[in-house]
Amino acid sequence: MNEAAASPIVAELRERIQRLEGKRAHRRAVLPFGIKEIDQHLPGGGLALGALHEAAGGGNGAIDGAAAALFAAGIAARTRGKILWCVARQDLFAPALAQAGLPPDRVIYVEAGDEKSVLSCFEEGLRHGGLGGVVAEVARLSMTASRRLQLAAESSGAIGVAIRRWRRQAEAAEFGQPTASVTRWRVTALPSAPLPVPGVGRARWRLELIRCRAGESADFEVEACDAKGRLHLPSDLAHRPDQKKAGRHRAAG
Amino acid sequence: MLVGRDGRRRVVLAVDAAAQAAGLDVGMPVTKAQALTPGLIVMDADPEADAEALERLALWALQRYAPIAAADPPDGVVLDISGAAHLHGGEDAMVKGMVERIVAAGIAARAALADSWGAAHALARFAPRPSIIIPTGESAKAILGLPIRALRLPKDMVDGLRVLGFESIGELAATPRAPLALRFGPELGRRLDQALGRLCEPIDPVRPPDLVEIRRAFAEPIGAAETIARYTGKLVVLLCDALEAKGLGARRLDLVFHRVDNRIGAIRIGTALPVRDAKRLTRMLCDKIETIDPGFGIEIMRLAASVAEPLEAKQTISSLTDEPEADVSALIDALANRVGEDRIYRFAPVASDVPERSVARIAPLAPGTGEGWPDHWPRPSRLLAVPEPIDALALLPDHPPASFTWRGVRRRVKRADGPERVFGEWWKRDAELAAVRDYFQVEDEAGERFWIYRAGDGEDAATGSQRWFLHGLFG
Repeated sequence: MNEAAASPIVAELRERIQRLEGKRAHRRAVLPFGIKEIDQHLPGGGLALGALHEAAGGGNGAIDGAAAALFAAGIAARTRGKILWCVARQDLFAPALAQAGLPPDRVIYVEAGDEKSVLSCFEEGLRHGGLGGVVAEVARLSMTASRRLQLAAESSGAIGVAIRRWRRQAEAAEFGQPTASVTRWRVTALPSAPLPVPGVGRARWRLELIRCRAGESADFEVEACDAKGRLHLPSDLAHRPDQKKAGRHRAAG
Repeated sequence: MLVGRDGRRRVVLAVDAAAQAAGLDVGMPVTKAQALTPGLIVMDADPEADAEALERLALWALQRYAPIAAADPPDGVVLDISGAAHLHGGEDAMVKGMVERIVAAGIAARAALADSWGAAHALARFAPRPSIIIPTGESAKAILGLPIRALRLPKDMVDGLRVLGFESIGELAATPRAPLALRFGPELGRRLDQALGRLCEPIDPVRPPDLVEIRRAFAEPIGAAETIARYTGKLVVLLCDALEAKGLGARRLDLVFHRVDNRIGAIRIGTALPVRDAKRLTRMLCDKIETIDPGFGIEIMRLAASVAEPLEAKQTISSLTDEPEADVSALIDALANRVGEDRIYRFAPVASDVPERSVARIAPLAPGTGEGWPDHWPRPSRLLAVPEPIDALALLPDHPPASFTWRGVRRRVKRADGPERVFGEWWKRDAELAAVRDYFQVEDEAGERFWIYRAGDGEDAATGSQRWFLHGLFG
């Protein structure tokens, strides 16, 4: 990917394609994860702002969307401004989002009742322009709907995260269908970081970048969001960067 | 018990539940009632004060609930809620909330929602339930079983019909009209048609004295959506000028359409903060135009700010360093008009250890509290609305379970944290005097993390049932 970017012919072609697509000539703003291994897989070195991204849970997470919600909260926490969170039915627990770096004062929830209203609220929020990000929990996302959302996000510069969440495991196969989103992620819970004493350590996820426009897919094993919404790559216990913070949640059990 | 005069007799006009249980009824002579029940409290009825109170209630309903409201003497208020229910989360929630609010004020209330004024009137007074909602198009069927008293007929006419053997509206509706009209006059047929929705009955709405209102009559009735949108824009500009002259901003706008066939349609929008921005208000109104059926054409459009609040010109911050926080009130208004005002909110912390009580919903534009929740323990990102019972095997008193079964799937617990003990709020609720929950965070072999608790402390049966529940899912 880096080699390809180095070649002037490819760079010129890419610029020409961008011009054909009618996008601005300058490079789009991005929101880096702050982890070199992940950022180098993403064009521009981070999640594109003003674009639609998708995230879903793996396994049972496809139904409860618990890890995907925290992943989205972590992304939203690192933007500036208010966040609009659209759901069909509310089952989020706000203290958990606060622990992922998203304080309650920043999040406005819309309980839209059905899928169709969720999508229309999602689009309205992306179009507004005064928000840092918009998160919506949807099951079905057609090509047309996602195209509209992507255009709305481009026009305002807000980041949109669609949490894909289904009622039944069988419906989750729909995640293979194409949409207009820029990246697509799958977040699966892994056994937590080992601790020297009994207890549950910092949560770990398998983060799969399933699809990425102008990039290649990849997967990573990461530690879940900290209190600022940042992910970390697990390292050995001896030289872990924030051993202290992870240990705070530990208890004698 | 209330007493009034009917000719020269003093009769009972109204009784409360206790008096009704003692066998008293409306229409009974006062002397008889007093003879029947010792210790009866008798008060004189005050019809003027009643009418005034009813008028006030109608005004309240106009500002709070619907663009068209009127007193329906002697004992009711009639509302046309078309175009307004969406602000209150749908018809069900609206009617229920309305009855609850009035009951909370100490007034016994019944409500019915139906296609026509007559049907709603009959159902509100004679339906078995205190609040009833009839789906569109089924009102005529719903009232057939009600007694003929429900038809708003004079008392002697009801008596006359009863002598002829009529009891319910259904029997009356099935009888040929001509002989009845010959005997009782046109009033009977008219009331019957109004109740069945065959004859329309416009409501003459109450109007508060200081209402800011713009009205426009058309020489030729208009019907096309674009034309309506254009005139809406013109009306909004005029209304904004009128509001500016008074230093007000609109919180609720009612756009009322009078059709040529004497029916009224309405659009109502609400805003979170007072607004005087013509463009924004026009857009919000035009979003709703498709809900209006112009019929044969609209001859009068009336735009009123039924709730207006002071709005002063504000100085904007022009700072060199900080970017000002973007104004999201326009977005919130647009969304609230789509899904309902109570469905858009923020969460705020409440000082309670019980998880489901530790969050409260506040208005999306309420000032920031700046507070958070205590951060000692991780919290699950999804909280089940009702904790689900699980089968668990655990050592007493304070060990996490070794395995548990949830929704038919057995999971072996690999790691666990806890217990985090949550006590019942005995200072608020007597029933929770001894209640205890012990929360554990557990992780199964696959790495999925759950938030489970045991009702009780594992030793004392008074603290809970000692059964296990699953309350939330960690990511």
